[in-house]
Amino acid sequence: MGTETILEVRDLHVRIASRRGIVRAVDGVSFEVPRGGALGVVGESGSGKSMTLRAILGVLPPEARVTSGQILLDGVDLVQLRSSEVNRLRGPKMSMIFQEPMSALNPVMRIGRQIAEGPQVHLGYSRARAAERALELMRRVGIPDPERRFRAYPHEFSGGMRQRVMIAIALSCDPEIILCDEPTTALDVTIQDQILRLLTRLCRESGVSLVFVTHDLPVVAQVCQDIAVMYGGQLVERGEVREVLLDPRHPYTLGLVRSAPDFEYVRDALVPIPGSPPSLVSPPPGCRFHPRCDFAEDDCRVSQTPLRLLPGGRATACLHYERCLDAIAADRGRP
Amino acid sequence: MTAVPAGPAAVTPGAGEPLLSARGVSVSFPVGSPLTARIRHEERLLRAVDGVDLELRRGEALALVGESGSGKSTLAQALAGLLRADRGEIRFDGRLLQASRSRADRRRIQMVFQDPYSSLNPRLTVGGMLRELLRVHHVVPRSQVGAFSAELLGLVGLAEADLSAYPRQFSGGQRQRVAIARALALRPDVLVADEPVSALDVSVQATILNLLRDLRNDLGLTLLLISHNLAVVRHLCDRVAVMYLGRIVEVARTEEIFSAPRHPYTRGLLAAIPRLTESAADDRTPAIAGDPPSPLRIPTGCRFRTRCPLAQPRCQEEDPALAVSPDGGGHLAACHFAFTPAVALNDAEHGDLS
Repeated sequence: MGTETILEVRDLHVRIASRRGIVRAVDGVSFEVPRGGALGVVGESGSGKSMTLRAILGVLPPEARVTSGQILLDGVDLVQLRSSEVNRLRGPKMSMIFQEPMSALNPVMRIGRQIAEGPQVHLGYSRARAAERALELMRRVGIPDPERRFRAYPHEFSGGMRQRVMIAIALSCDPEIILCDEPTTALDVTIQDQILRLLTRLCRESGVSLVFVTHDLPVVAQVCQDIAVMYGGQLVERGEVREVLLDPRHPYTLGLVRSAPDFEYVRDALVPIPGSPPSLVSPPPGCRFHPRCDFAEDDCRVSQTPLRLLPGGRATACLHYERCLDAIAADRGRP
Repeated sequence: MTAVPAGPAAVTPGAGEPLLSARGVSVSFPVGSPLTARIRHEERLLRAVDGVDLELRRGEALALVGESGSGKSTLAQALAGLLRADRGEIRFDGRLLQASRSRADRRRIQMVFQDPYSSLNPRLTVGGMLRELLRVHHVVPRSQVGAFSAELLGLVGLAEADLSAYPRQFSGGQRQRVAIARALALRPDVLVADEPVSALDVSVQATILNLLRDLRNDLGLTLLLISHNLAVVRHLCDRVAVMYLGRIVEVARTEEIFSAPRHPYTRGLLAAIPRLTESAADDRTPAIAGDPPSPLRIPTGCRFRTRCPLAQPRCQEEDPALAVSPDGGGHLAACHFAFTPAVALNDAEHGDLS
């Protein structure tokens, strides 16, 4: 491990053609993931977090495409590659885990063969050797009785066990980075706890990097060192996960933290974020959050708000981020 | 927003007499194909709720929590009269409710469901939906239906103009408001909300939770909230009932559930909640290991013993009853070791008993 970067996204733009016009789903997003690191990407529905992930994986829906920007995986720009070339990287270089394992698994193929498929196709393993590899992976992800479970079908597994299978498949070709889209959202909190711990341990053991997309802030704190907060297709804040969540420097992050019922302390009333997310067909000028922001000034309505670096390696898109400090101080002052 | 009198005036939460109570309630579903059932001359039953006692007191907010498959939604639907209990009795205000309820009884308990996208009729405007309800149940005289509908929307934070809109014209949070207005239209005493915010974004969840809290205070509603999110529960409820595999395993006041949980399952459930201040890399073992057993193969003795860090040979044989705490605080727990001193419990947890 070093400070070397495994994934770098530079000024990524994804547009989707729709009946209502061009949707700017991802609009100038940049971030990097250090080798062995884990980055959490959070935001609400429609913030562009899943589209960013799909763009990296090369699995955008047919009506969406990357219009500009670079996606550098280990120095290779995926945007410039043909889709057949990206297909060859999916498995040995990068792999994915989705929210709903039932729709990601083949319902009529035995579990063991689904795990063995990657090594057979991408690493040229023989059928027998790939099966051995699958058994070893099933043991590593904690599937009990792997010899018998090898021959089972997905419907015979519980939600948590299916997600373990997905993790085994994701690890099967020794990728350098795993991209996860809400992998525990469909699971009970007890099973989520098991899966998050498993994922964290396996990544640490094998040095795999993670990009973890979710709407659940405490889950990010469990798994990631760094966090990127998305709003309206753009990154609005970035930094070390606990610094950002406990001491936000963007009013949207602050709004997310304040509106979530928190486990640690009970507040009198939750503070919702007023209004609703912006249209991505005709987004508001200036800062996209300004129509919902308590701190908005005239300059927020006109000037572009790119991410600016703050001391300590953090970055915010807010022009008046100091106001968050006052708001947090006021929150803490209350009993 | 006071004009909708929903039952009697607000009563101090938790102090009231039981308004809705269940005694020995079981709900089962037949599983497997009817053909095999006929060949074998027996029906396999999945007992989703298995002999539950529960009291909902007038004016309180009670939470029902547990993993999926624990039977919490089934119990709620049985209480609301949407499912038939095959054993036990459900009383409302001391009066036994019949299996097929009268229209007046159905009005008393109303439900709000998780998914506001599928629980509203897409072909009816909000006004049409409310009009139909108000007329069928004769809630107000015909001449006042329009005014009352507008008032209901005001109560949930929507505008009168929204009466002519269709559900698809609303966002998820607004649809949930419509669903709440529809439930309130019949002036119920009890509102049963089944995961009312799970399908919504975080920033919208807060508005609905605040709305439920306000409605409860203003209308004196009794609230039964089903949720898997314990933070939501803590924000809104006075008491919590924890379910596991069709049984209630612990009931206590909210502060007590969080500060001094008695059942090992409740403790595991609390420990499994991800927190901002903690990392999964801290090398703690998972709070609760394994999957919940199938409700078709319920373990003998204590149902939680297969996943319990405290399990003893006794747990395999004796099914622990829901017992009340000797300290007189009304804390209920169904574990042989629930009310043994904490020291003993800690020792047992550190020993290797699994």
